[in-house]
Amino acid sequence: MTTNAATTTPLLEISNLTVHLAGGGDNPKPVLDGIDLTLAPGESLGLVGESGSGKSMTVRAVSRLLPNGASLDGAIRFDGRDVAAMSAAALREYRDTGVGMIFQDPRAHINPTRRIGAFLTEALVRNRAVPRRTARDRAAAVLAEVGIDDPDRRLRQYPHELSGGMLQRVMIASVLLAEPRLILADEPTTALDVTIQAEVVGILDRLRRERGLGMVFITHDLDLALAVCGRVAVMYAGRIVEFREADDLHRRAAHPYTLGLLGSRPSIDARAERLNAIPGRPRSAFEAGPGCAFADRCAHVRTVCHEVRPELEPFDDGLVRCHRVAEITRQEATV
Amino acid sequence: MTAQATTVSASSTTDCAVAVTNLTKVFRVPDGKGGRTRHTAVDAVSFTVEAGGSLGIVGESGSGKTTIARMLVGLERATGGEMAVLGRDRSAPARRSAERNRRAQELQIVFQDPYTSLDPAQSARAAVDEVLRHHGRFSAEQRAARLTELMDQVGLTDRQARARPRDLSGGQRQRVAIARALAADPKVLILDEAVSALDVSIQAQILNLLADIRAATGIAYLLISHDLAVVRQLCDTVLVLRRGKVVEQGTCDSVLDAPAEEYTRALRAAVPVPGWRP
Repeated sequence: MTTNAATTTPLLEISNLTVHLAGGGDNPKPVLDGIDLTLAPGESLGLVGESGSGKSMTVRAVSRLLPNGASLDGAIRFDGRDVAAMSAAALREYRDTGVGMIFQDPRAHINPTRRIGAFLTEALVRNRAVPRRTARDRAAAVLAEVGIDDPDRRLRQYPHELSGGMLQRVMIASVLLAEPRLILADEPTTALDVTIQAEVVGILDRLRRERGLGMVFITHDLDLALAVCGRVAVMYAGRIVEFREADDLHRRAAHPYTLGLLGSRPSIDARAERLNAIPGRPRSAFEAGPGCAFADRCAHVRTVCHEVRPELEPFDDGLVRCHRVAEITRQEATV
Repeated sequence: MTAQATTVSASSTTDCAVAVTNLTKVFRVPDGKGGRTRHTAVDAVSFTVEAGGSLGIVGESGSGKTTIARMLVGLERATGGEMAVLGRDRSAPARRSAERNRRAQELQIVFQDPYTSLDPAQSARAAVDEVLRHHGRFSAEQRAARLTELMDQVGLTDRQARARPRDLSGGQRQRVAIARALAADPKVLILDEAVSALDVSIQAQILNLLADIRAATGIAYLLISHDLAVVRQLCDTVLVLRRGKVVEQGTCDSVLDAPAEEYTRALRAAVPVPGWRP
């Protein structure tokens, strides 16, 4: 692989991705609506949103793990190759060495009846014909790398003997053993205690930098995404509503939904007189009207918002999907 | 049946909504070698919640915070120590239904997942009405009025009030669970991770709602949470728990702004805030 090619071709390129799930009868339900994303090798990108925003569906589409009956429009390119067009063999290889997935609940994704050692070495032994002893040594080395003491003992243990934080490290280790170029992390720390979360994201961040891995990091916690990722996409009802450099987001957030998310979260430093809660509940893509999906919860709504679908357009060094963003920002500035 | 209030210890006064002294819970758990061993989940914990006050108990998994809540509501029997609510001792399990009813009118609980704590076949209105029938001494008219008042208080529309849990969103279900708890007209409400599973924007709504309810009714809260920011928003005082032991307690301002203990500092430093780096 030439480094030159790596810098010019994005590792992951998603263009106009629209996904429908098989609904009742002839009505396929949209879950993603025109997602555009690119990820450079070694970059980390955050997808932030609430239930139904489509963040998990996006990474499932990337790994071609959409539910049965789902239909996909648009294109997903990994290293220039069209993921949708991959043959069974190419897809196996792509899932083996291309992308690695880390899920929220490791206990649901690790076979409880087999030892940690068997779980970690299976892919190496079967797919790559690595000798069992070598595979075991490599697994032990990676366990040490993700901060597990006494890896040899852990390899002999069963999943139920490990805590959630330990098991999530095992999950990360299993992904690293495959040496993928892209990690898709879907709420990897949501089920963990906050001190363990800090350790696990620290490990992910260090490994990403050391190994030049690309990472798509999904979370509902905006502040966590800002700490872990270079750029952050805020999603709502299957669309990206704002895209920004993480360092910029607190200062420059412009979409009413992003501002709403920032205002909703209580602060550890001081009690707010009242939280600026967004009224209503999060919508899914199939509940969105013809206009802006956020219109029915937005304080700045006008007729145009209900009728015309806003595009994701450049605004203040980011991308924002809002008809009224310029006006709203001016108003806020003059208040 | 003794309706007489039993005083617990010198530190607990009748002004306290909740007074807990040296509360201890020991579980017998498998030791991994085929035998059993003793695990102290809650280790001599003492605290009080003032009438109308709000105490947050924070800690990580296995700290014993939920076990404390379960002992207070009577789902778990304490191994040692004393508990009193509104000055009445409840260290031992209630022996009669009258005593159980009285305890239910003193203290109620809202759990993390309203979906598993609501009857799937029962509409929101029916769920709340059932509690009013059981505890209230209302005429049919008064009961209907109280029901409407409760639904208004938690912000449920008529249509939502008639819906079953599966047709409601997570936030709406949690509103039903809160209304159901309030229907017994308790003086103390335990919120066991009651906002943890909610979406951020819904969590803010429920936190505002809980603050409003407390301001309007003077109910006391005991909030069990792993989230320091949520505790700060809703509570006056906080208790940090680790492996069953109290690490430190005090006002939110003192404990969160100037933690005396290393563990509290570590807990606080692990929370992602603007500028935080892993």
